[in-house]
Amino acid sequence: MKLPGLLRGAFAAALLLALASALPAAARAAELEVKIDNFTFAPQRITVKAGTTVTWTNEDDIPHTVTSTSAGAFRSKALDTDDKFSFTFTTPGTFEYFCSLHPHMTGSVVVEAATGAATP
Amino acid sequence: MTMSSHDDDRDGVSRRKVLECMTWAGTGVLWTVAGGVPTSLGIMAEAAAQTSGMTFLQISDSHVGFDKPANPNVLSTLEEAIAKVKALKTRPAFMLHTGDITHLSKDKEFDDAQRIISQAGLDTHYVPGEHDIIDEQQGQKYKDRYGKNAKGAGWYSFDQNGVHFIGLVNVVNLKAGGLGNLGAEQLAWLEDDLKGKSASTPIVVFAHIPLWVVYETWGWGTEDGGQALALLKRFGSVTVLNGHIHQVMQKVEGNVAFHTARSTAFPQPAPGAAPSPGPMKVPDDKLRSVLGIADITYKVGTERLAIIDQPLQG
Repeated sequence: MKLPGLLRGAFAAALLLALASALPAAARAAELEVKIDNFTFAPQRITVKAGTTVTWTNEDDIPHTVTSTSAGAFRSKALDTDDKFSFTFTTPGTFEYFCSLHPHMTGSVVVEAATGAATP
Repeated sequence: MTMSSHDDDRDGVSRRKVLECMTWAGTGVLWTVAGGVPTSLGIMAEAAAQTSGMTFLQISDSHVGFDKPANPNVLSTLEEAIAKVKALKTRPAFMLHTGDITHLSKDKEFDDAQRIISQAGLDTHYVPGEHDIIDEQQGQKYKDRYGKNAKGAGWYSFDQNGVHFIGLVNVVNLKAGGLGNLGAEQLAWLEDDLKGKSASTPIVVFAHIPLWVVYETWGWGTEDGGQALALLKRFGSVTVLNGHIHQVMQKVEGNVAFHTARSTAFPQPAPGAAPSPGPMKVPDDKLRSVLGIADITYKVGTERLAIIDQPLQG
């Protein structure tokens, strides 16, 4: 019964691939995790496609924030241990951020234009 | 002869060197500052003999609401610190709290802190730490409770027994990649506050983050602290009291004595001794030896300030 199982798996994978490529890029909800640990953002610099949701998780025993350096772009509340903050980046560009409580903690998100997106 | 009668520029620069001392885990270190020249007098027994002036207390970093392994019961250790204050032979004139009263700026944390600290029965003057301004309105709760008569984010000054006390706020509007920050508005206020003060007036400045750069990699310093110190340069006796780093550190430079107090909640590592400045877990039976309060005495007429760090235990 091994062979049919493998075939089934391959078929399912092919089907998923076909489905995925049929969807417009923006609808493929891309997600990325950034850890806050030992007073650092890790990875410190990430590159994502427009439409990606980035989620920060604070793994320190001390609260931190995720605060954009350009006013108003995004700002989390104070994140206690294990608290999360998510933000969806829709506009291409480089977004620098820091912890407003411990400003030596900095990071950046580089957002690239979503390729293959059909123009409306 | 006191420093105030000197032109301290020339004289001061020739003495301008770091004299002493970085103590990370000392107990009962006593300093006096007489006419800008620091003298180490010894330990606590001698300090007791000296006590005939005004004494005040500094407590710091009570972090009410913190419940992690480094100290799951910060209310108990705060209570022990206040019990120590109440047991002092010389009743202090008042108390300074140099910030991080709470861990997360929650109402209950502020309430619990107030309930315990008020048991000392002393007037307490506060400055905020970065943990006290993380409510939704970024510091409104702190200002409502402690900053009613203060300027800006909570800075102010007052006089007691001929000493001018200045409470500064260096935890708001921090800039990415930077350190603690006072800001132009507060520095302008400070300049104005010092105007007309005689150079012989002893000055005590207290703020949460150290005004001098203790360790830049961990953000332990104040970006524009040097500008504040420049405004204080003409004074013969300046004492700077800070918290934030949860350990005792002292430095004397020219006429300025710098001192940081222990936390009543949990210790933090010595600069660079750990991957990050996060709470440091020590064996349970050691915890109370790295927490504590600071007892500060000013002897009228001698321009001396003596600082004694008292651990909760040991």
